[in-house]
Amino acid sequence: MSELLSAYLPVVIFIALAGVIGLALLVAPFLIAIKRPDPEKVSAYECGFEAFDDARMKFDVRFYLVAILFIIFDLEVAFLFPWAASFREVGWFGFWSMMVFLGILTIGFVYEWRKGALEWD
Amino acid sequence: MTLSLFFFYLFAIVLVGAAVMVVSSRSPVHSVLFLILAFFNAAGLFMLAGAEFLALMLIIVYVGAVAVLFLFVVMMLDVDFAELRQGFLQYAPIGLVVGIILALELIMVAVGFVVTPEVASASAVAIDPTLSNTEALGRVLYTRYVFLFEGAGLVLLVAMIGAIVLTLRHKPGIRRQDVGAQVARTPAMSVENVKVKSGQGL
Repeated sequence: MSELLSAYLPVVIFIALAGVIGLALLVAPFLIAIKRPDPEKVSAYECGFEAFDDARMKFDVRFYLVAILFIIFDLEVAFLFPWAASFREVGWFGFWSMMVFLGILTIGFVYEWRKGALEWD
Repeated sequence: MTLSLFFFYLFAIVLVGAAVMVVSSRSPVHSVLFLILAFFNAAGLFMLAGAEFLALMLIIVYVGAVAVLFLFVVMMLDVDFAELRQGFLQYAPIGLVVGIILALELIMVAVGFVVTPEVASASAVAIDPTLSNTEALGRVLYTRYVFLFEGAGLVLLVAMIGAIVLTLRHKPGIRRQDVGAQVARTPAMSVENVKVKSGQGL
């Protein structure tokens, strides 16, 4: 196995351990917990009221806007990582190409700020 | 070697299984969760191929952001499944024809696929095994492929403006906090001394 992959072996061990613990906590209640269900016990509890509505309601479209704006800046940051790692090699040209990239996205940022997309209502 | 082969088959089998579940599970929320599992396994395959930057970006961008976006879309749709199943038989023949054509095309591609012998030597950038994946990407992305890079920036700008234009609806008549106006306000602007004549009121 190559050096790169063996460096990730601890991650695999962590994931395997997390999987085993999660599975044990999921399976154990089925095996050892005492189950005496009756209709009142298994019904939805909503602060003492009868449940008003189905929990699977429609989401507001504004959550989507927040999520997509997050993704765009997430990608912007993702582009910064290789740039930072190879900063010495890419020289001034690479520096300015990144500045143009950041400038393009800053136009969008200014637009969304002026339109009030960062405000909730 | 055998260990990485074991992990390759593990990731590949779980990836294919999760991908099948994405299209075949009944609830769209379950589909999205299986899609996240598929992304994780694809990241594992990238990692085995030595592309650690791409693998971690797949987890950060796709699992962390795109899957959440899909979940929002699924929750926004409010799909009525009983209504959807009613039209199933009606559209089944058309779907079957399209599926068969697509399957035939895929089979033709898979059977007729030949690797050109020159393709290995025609690699766009020579691979330097001493560099890390992130550094190797950074050395060409910002100089050699600068137009594609700036094009990616423009695509992101279009996505941002498009999302705002399509979804941003401000409710009329909402009073927002204006910090500048609040701070600039002085007692002289807001407090007034009124002499009230007795018996008349204000």
